[in-house]
Amino acid sequence: MTHRPTIGVLALQGDVAEHQRVLDSLGVHTVKVLTPERLDAIDGLVLPGGESTTMSKLAVRYGLLEPLRKRIRAGMPAYGTCAGMIMLADRILGGTDDQRTVGGIDMTVRRNAFGRQTESFETAVDIDGLDGGPFDAVFIRAPWVESVGPDVTVLGEVPGADEAGRIVAVRQGGLMATSFHPELTGDARIHRLFVDIVKGLA
Amino acid sequence: MGRESTTVADNASPTSDNAVGTQRVKRGMAEQLKNGVIMDVVTPEQAKIAEDAGAVAVMALERVPADIRKDGGVARMSDPDMIDGIIEAVSIPVMAKVRIGHFVEAQVLQSLGVDFIDESEVLTPADEAHHIDKWAFTVPFVCGATELGEALRRIAEGAAMIRSKGEAGTGNVVEATRHMRSIRSAIKRLGTLDEAELFGAAKELRAPYDIVKEVAELGKLPVPLFSAGGVATPADAALMRQLGAESVFVGSGIFKSGDPARRADAIVQATLHYEDPAVIARVSRGLGEAMVGINLDELADSQRYAGRGW
Repeated sequence: MTHRPTIGVLALQGDVAEHQRVLDSLGVHTVKVLTPERLDAIDGLVLPGGESTTMSKLAVRYGLLEPLRKRIRAGMPAYGTCAGMIMLADRILGGTDDQRTVGGIDMTVRRNAFGRQTESFETAVDIDGLDGGPFDAVFIRAPWVESVGPDVTVLGEVPGADEAGRIVAVRQGGLMATSFHPELTGDARIHRLFVDIVKGLA
Repeated sequence: MGRESTTVADNASPTSDNAVGTQRVKRGMAEQLKNGVIMDVVTPEQAKIAEDAGAVAVMALERVPADIRKDGGVARMSDPDMIDGIIEAVSIPVMAKVRIGHFVEAQVLQSLGVDFIDESEVLTPADEAHHIDKWAFTVPFVCGATELGEALRRIAEGAAMIRSKGEAGTGNVVEATRHMRSIRSAIKRLGTLDEAELFGAAKELRAPYDIVKEVAELGKLPVPLFSAGGVATPADAALMRQLGAESVFVGSGIFKSGDPARRADAIVQATLHYEDPAVIARVSRGLGEAMVGINLDELADSQRYAGRGW
C-alpha cells in the first residue's frame, strides 16, 4: 500500500469537513468524492454522518451507487459513521421504501434506533483493540446494529440502562462502521485505526 | 435514557450515564445538516415532496413567509397537529419556528419531539429585549443574524447554528448576501487583531470576549453557518454556498413557484455542485415560474423582518 494514502470522503451531504480535518491531522491526503471518477483515485473511503435517506437518493441520482458497490466489493477499505454506517449495511430497518445502501458489511442496521434529536446523547464506549480507555462517543439520531453475520466483529456496545448491549461499532475485513461520530470529538484514535487499515497495517 | 431526561451537562465528562442535550450533541446535529437544503413546508404532502427531492430537513410552519407578509397579523408557532402530521409524514429531521423570546412555544415544540427549533424573526417577536435562554433546552436552536455581533450573542445564549436572516418571503437574495458578507468579513478581520484589540472588538461586537477569541482563533464560527432569507433559484443557493454558507434554507422560494418538485430538486443539485456552473446551468433550464419577489425599496421599514432581534 502507498506510504501516504489518499482517503476520499463521500461528499453528497453531511459533516464532510470534520472528517477531512481529522484525517489531515493524521497526515493522509484527503479528497472529496462527488463523482464516480474521483473513486478511482482513492485508497479508502469515509462515509460521513448526515441524512442517510438524502445520501442514498443523491448517490442514485448521480450514478455513484453502483461504482461505490463495485469498489467496495473489490476490497477498498471504507469507514462509515452514523449515516455512513447505514450506507455500509447489507440490510436496514426503519428506512424509506426507496432507500438503497452500498452494503458490504453483513449486518442489519436500524435507522434512528436511539430516537429523535431530543434523545441524542453522548456516552463512553469501550472499543475493542483501542488503547487509551473508553471512547467518548456522540450519538446523533443514531442507528444501532440489530444483528451481524458470522464474519463481522463487534467492536463496541453502548452501556447504560435502556439500550445496554446495543452494537454501535463493527468491523468486517477492511470495512468498519460506528453509530457515533468520532469526527466531532477531537479523539483521532478510530480514524487512526482506519488509516492503518488502509495502509494494510491493521 | 428517555424523553424525560433533562440533563444539560455542558461539559459532561464521560460516565456510564448517557448525557442528552449537551453542547456537542446539539452542535453535532447542526453539523449533520451541512451541505444540504432545508425547505419550508406547510403540509405533509409538501414535506414528502421536499424529502423526495433530497432535502436534509424540513421546516414545518403554518404559512410560508410570503403569505405571512400578505396576510399580516400576528405570526405564531404552528398548530401542534400540523407539526405532528409532518413528523409522521417524513423520516428526515423536522424543524419548527418559535417567536423570538417565546420560550413556552419552544417548550411545546420540544415536547412534540421536533429535531431543531428556529427562533425566528419571521414570526412576530414575543419579547423586545430578550431572546430565549437556549441552554435550558435539550433540543438545539438555530437563530438568524445580520452581522457577527448578533451571531455571537445568539451563540452565547446557546444557539447551535447560525443562519443569515436575509429578508424572508421576498424572493430577493440581496439581504442574505449582505448578511453573509458582513459576518464573513468580520470573522476575517478578527483574525488580524492582537490580544488587546480583541477586548476592544468584543466591546464593539457586544459579544462575550471568550467567544470572540474563539472565533478569531478558529477563523470561523464555533457552530455551523447557514444561509436563509430570499433564496428563490438554484443560482441563489449556489451564491450563498460560494459566500460561505454551509447549507441553505429555502422558504417561500420552492412552494411559491410554478413547479415545486422540480425546483426543489434543482436547488438541491445546485447546492451540492455550487462550484460547477455547468451543473447550475443545466438544473436551471425550464424550471417554470420563480416566485415573483419583492424589491426591497418597495418594502416599508415596518415590513422588514431582519431588524427584529436584539
